[in-house]
Amino acid sequence: MTNWDNFVFTFFNARVMAEYLPRIIDGFFLTVGLAALIVASGLALGLGLAVIRSFRVRPLNWLIVFLVDLFRALPPLVIIVLIYFGLPPIGLAPSGFVSTWLALTFVLAAFAEEIFWAGILAVPKGQWEAARSTGMSFARTLLWVVLPQAVRLTIPPLTNRTIAITKGTALGSVVAVAEILSQASAGVSFSSNPSPLTLGAIAYLVLFVPVVAFGRWVETRFAWRR
Amino acid sequence: MLNGAPILEARGIHKHFGTLHVLKGVDLVVAPRELVFIIGPSGSGKSTLLRCCNRLEEPSSGSVVVDGIDLLDRRTDINAARRRIGMVFQSFNLYPHMTALGNVTLALRRVLGRGREEAEAIAHAALKRVGLDEKANAYPLELSGGQQQRVAIARAIALEPRVMLFDEPTSALDPELVGGVLKVMRELRESGMTMVVVSHEMGFARAAADRVLFMDHGLVVEEGPPAQIFGEPRAERLRGFLRELDRH
Ligand SMILES: Nc1ncnc2c1ncn2[C@@H]1O[C@H](COP(=O)(O)OP(=O)(O)O)[C@@H](O)[C@H]1O
Ligand SMILES: [Mg+2]
Repeated sequence: MTNWDNFVFTFFNARVMAEYLPRIIDGFFLTVGLAALIVASGLALGLGLAVIRSFRVRPLNWLIVFLVDLFRALPPLVIIVLIYFGLPPIGLAPSGFVSTWLALTFVLAAFAEEIFWAGILAVPKGQWEAARSTGMSFARTLLWVVLPQAVRLTIPPLTNRTIAITKGTALGSVVAVAEILSQASAGVSFSSNPSPLTLGAIAYLVLFVPVVAFGRWVETRFAWRR
Repeated sequence: MLNGAPILEARGIHKHFGTLHVLKGVDLVVAPRELVFIIGPSGSGKSTLLRCCNRLEEPSSGSVVVDGIDLLDRRTDINAARRRIGMVFQSFNLYPHMTALGNVTLALRRVLGRGREEAEAIAHAALKRVGLDEKANAYPLELSGGQQQRVAIARAIALEPRVMLFDEPTSALDPELVGGVLKVMRELRESGMTMVVVSHEMGFARAAADRVLFMDHGLVVEEGPPAQIFGEPRAERLRGFLRELDRH
């Protein structure tokens, strides 16, 4: 066999690929579902924390800053493992799926809170003053004037961070979540051929290239109209 | 001109920023339909005084009563009170994510609870008054500075305030755009609006003001009708200030 044939046999083995494709597809949809859950709950929680923080209640803000720093400092895998193996002794037994979902939700929420908060601070003081001078309350000003602008400012960094963290769904393979990577590496073990990993990589591209493109689109869509 | 109960009555206003004593006992009493013009060097406390009049700045001491409402009373609903006080800023502060129409309708809808149609009818009328109804669907960045400032005026008058505060409304504008904004202010004044204007547009003051206050170092140093302030200034600091303006 030539080197080229060897390469194709190793990484693009049609027989092996055909055999494991259905499992990779299962893994794909599981990853999509898990990632969607993480994005929805992580961004919502992050935005909620940033809104609470904008009311500037001292003790609450200390707590938020502490939690945010904690979840930004810990490696996501450590958080997954802590939840998966650490909660059963106190009577809770989250599945690998739930553990991964919770852990990555907290991580995304922590980063998103910081990004939203920076966005809120970046809205000029004059915007607050203009709205307050028309009799709008603090909460209404935040909702109608400040947050829409803050969210637009945060879309580029938020998109990047969200993509980075949703890729962390691959960490779920450690706690037996049957997502793409876990299906692919199981396939590699059974078939003694790396082709399932090639399929896995393709599955990740199919999933994330549109997400990255969507991020770009959102960025231009939300730029100020000129 | 001072007939009827004042619409705005600020008395004995002091304001400290840390160790900085910015207002040192200022009185500002404005009668219905009166236009009071405030001049003075930069840093003399003009903006701070205006901002104390709608409590964007909390006075350290003194009293502010607007249309019979004690603004500094803790029981006062400050948001309700602020609806009676329009404010126009040097930097316009239009909401960039909303059209001109959206800027004007926001408070009508979210504060006064007007329905969309009613709010838009009021907003179109307000935009018409500033001569910009044809720009109702333009975003602030699509408008010139002068147009933005006129939309900001429309945003304020749509709430039918009892008094309007202008903080250097034309200072950020290119010279050729100043006239349009002053014209709108002039018409507003002729329609009977009570106004307090901080500005360096002395020509406008001469033509439209009932009373001119000269502030320096946190105090009202001299006040009187424009003819007196510009024609026979008494205080040495006021004369110096006017000489300085003439030179530019
Ligand atoms: N938020 C603030 N914090 C500290 N100092 C301030 C603040 N606002 C205004 N000042 C100070 O108060 C003084 C008066 O300011 P201002 O009222 O803006 O003057 P003017 O409008 O007459 O130029 C200035 O010395 C300014 O630096
Ligand atoms: Mg000023």
